[in-house]
Amino acid sequence: MKDTLTTAQPVIEAKGLQLVFQTRDGPVHALKDVNLTINRGDFVSFIGPSGCGKTTFLRAIAALEHPTGGSLTVNGLTPDEARRKRAYGYVFQAAGLYPWRTIAGNIKLPLEIMGFAKDEQEARVARVLDLVELSGFANKFPWQLSGGMQQRASIARALAFDAEILLMDEPFGALDEIVRDRLNEELLKLWARTGKTIGFVTHSIPEAVYLSTRIVVMSPRPGRITDVIDSPLPRERPLDIRDSKDFIEIAHRVREGLRAGHADE
Amino acid sequence: MSDRAIPVLTVVAGIVALWYAASVWMNATWVFDQAERAGTVVTWAEVVPQTMAQDRPLLPPPHQVAAQLWQGITGQAVTSKRSLVYHGFVTFRGTMLGFGLGIVLGVSLAMAIVRFRVMELSVMPWAIISQTIPIVALAPMILTLSNQLGIDSREVPKAIISAYLSFFPVLVSMVTGLRSPDRIQIDLLATYGASPGQVFWKLRLPASMPYFFASLKVAVAAALIGTIVGELPTGAIEGLGARMLIGSQFGEPLIMWAALFAAAILAGLLILAVGLVERMARARMGVAP
Amino acid sequence: MIWLVGAVVFWGLAWALNVWLAGSRMGQRRAGRIAVATLFGVTILVLWEGLVRGFAVPPVILPGPSVIGPTIATSLPVLWADFVQTVVKGALTGFAIGTAAAFVTAIAIDRSPFLQRGLLPIGNFVSALPIVGLAPILVMWFGFDWQSKAAVVVVMVFFPLLVNMVAGLQATDRLSRDLMATWSASYWQGLFKLRLPAAMPFIFNGLKIAATLALIGAIVAEFFGSPIVGMGFRISTEVGRLGLDMVWATIAVAALSGSAFYGLIAWIESRVTFWHPSQRG
Repeated sequence: MKDTLTTAQPVIEAKGLQLVFQTRDGPVHALKDVNLTINRGDFVSFIGPSGCGKTTFLRAIAALEHPTGGSLTVNGLTPDEARRKRAYGYVFQAAGLYPWRTIAGNIKLPLEIMGFAKDEQEARVARVLDLVELSGFANKFPWQLSGGMQQRASIARALAFDAEILLMDEPFGALDEIVRDRLNEELLKLWARTGKTIGFVTHSIPEAVYLSTRIVVMSPRPGRITDVIDSPLPRERPLDIRDSKDFIEIAHRVREGLRAGHADE
Repeated sequence: MSDRAIPVLTVVAGIVALWYAASVWMNATWVFDQAERAGTVVTWAEVVPQTMAQDRPLLPPPHQVAAQLWQGITGQAVTSKRSLVYHGFVTFRGTMLGFGLGIVLGVSLAMAIVRFRVMELSVMPWAIISQTIPIVALAPMILTLSNQLGIDSREVPKAIISAYLSFFPVLVSMVTGLRSPDRIQIDLLATYGASPGQVFWKLRLPASMPYFFASLKVAVAAALIGTIVGELPTGAIEGLGARMLIGSQFGEPLIMWAALFAAAILAGLLILAVGLVERMARARMGVAP
Repeated sequence: MIWLVGAVVFWGLAWALNVWLAGSRMGQRRAGRIAVATLFGVTILVLWEGLVRGFAVPPVILPGPSVIGPTIATSLPVLWADFVQTVVKGALTGFAIGTAAAFVTAIAIDRSPFLQRGLLPIGNFVSALPIVGLAPILVMWFGFDWQSKAAVVVVMVFFPLLVNMVAGLQATDRLSRDLMATWSASYWQGLFKLRLPAAMPFIFNGLKIAATLALIGAIVAEFFGSPIVGMGFRISTEVGRLGLDMVWATIAVAALSGSAFYGLIAWIESRVTFWHPSQRG
């Protein structure tokens, strides 16, 4: 993993990306002239007020939205091609588990769709359940679990097919602060163990600073990037790092960036 | 609205086209039989026009039904026994009577069920079972029974059948509606020291109104079906159901089809009217339509 | 007089017992609920018998349960033949064909939003029409035997089922569909793994409506002509001969088969959609 860090291979590259929605009240510039390179193994957070295009950018990477200008490549392929190569694990704000399937059944779902062999499916489910510490709950139904556990299961589902890119759209936004802290800590451990590239949308400054190697600050109307901050924090991060001087400095810079985005209006 | 009009019209056009094709196909047999009996040979070019204008077609084409319907509505005074307006009115009257009875029954049962647990436990299961019983089996029965009891009016048995079908949607919606206020709202009233009666009048009843109006469309359609079923097996002489029966007994398909479409038009008007009442009520209660 | 008083006293006692049962801890349990409902049903029978005897109602007007019961017992072969003719051949065949047709149609128009927008309002409207009126026409087309009854049932159940199935297939949320897209699921994978299971509560709702319509259709169609067997035939002829005990016996069979059919579908529903909030309760 050290190698990948030093050689910095680009995974996602956006150049002059535009995305315009046609609505009844005229065109809306969801993204305007977005340039960004995300390298292998990066943990990149997108932060900004609502309407700044952070979710749209994440959806564009996963080919759920289609840019109207500029270029966007994933491993040199278009997002659509990358999707067909199963490059993405996507985690939404809601867990979106099927109520008629058990936790294990839900995690198996993408594996069935992608045509993994039966015993391979079982092995992978067991592995990712262990990874998110839900091993004892394989045969429970989602509605028998707490919100935090459901979200962990949905992360396990995104990990199950070993997509190299994990895209997370405010995955912990609906959870309370205590659960959120724990899941943040676990997510960092998971990232360290798997070395995945992660794109993470959030509203919370501490969450962005605590998790990321890079923080992308965005602002709305039109949606654009106003600042990209490389975090000097070490990869190993205990929760109390949030009281350190470095942490507070970066948080301050993010806040300034968000304020500057607002000042242009 | 307009984004629906084109698809709906397309589907309707498709149905009419299919109908014409089916009329030709089904009525052609009769034409060929006639020709064979007469010892002549007919070509398809001669058959098709003949399938369009038979007196007793197996399947009358749309324009024949439309003509019969038009004739039935405007061809004579509306008080005539041959007027579909007259028969439609008889059916309408029966429907309204049953609809009204059904609403009263449904609402009062729902109020009792929400208020008393014993009512819920004893009546609710039987109300559900009552809907799984094919009411039509009871129709001739109710008729003889009311005849024997000296009730001459045919309206009463029809209204009973109609109410039997229409009370259920109202009951179910009202029970849901009266129970729709959540804990917080009820607790808030409790902190004001409200009596159970006040909770009912000021919270439960207003909260149930959207549910009530939503159920009316289903209930009025059910009431119409009940009325027509009530007219069918009973040898009734008035009403759209009776026209269908007469058409069937005298082998006059055109009468049957015209009565059927008159019933469809009546259903459409009733649903439209109830929808209008619903919209007005919602507007008055400040709910966006 | 003694019958009348007896019935009213029984009513009072049973009601008091029910009030007590409903208020007690028994009323929270399944057994208690069944007991209360059963007692209410028995009360109605007792009241009926008491009124008939108390007012000396002649059996040609309203026979009491004590007359109808033995009639059922002695006419089992006739009732069974009627049941097979009307319920098994007419209603169940029509129900199966109608369900299959609605299912196939719903899947067929699933990929065309244009057809769905066109068919849904029409389907909704036709569901509210008195389709039973088609019965005489279909009897004319398909003859007096069970085929015409099945045809009436097919037409009656088709539209409510279609509307519910189409609505059900549209019931998935955007999030679930986006997930499917990120996994590059094919149309059929999305249909079988996500949309059909999610549509089940709607489909069963339609099936329950169709179940009650099926019996109505089969019986009404018999009023327009039938062989000399069948529940509708039995009712209309026995009413004419004033054999009201036999009419009530047939009604009892109709009620029983209607409830059993509905109950069976509800039971299957609780098995299939165990995950739905309304079933978890």
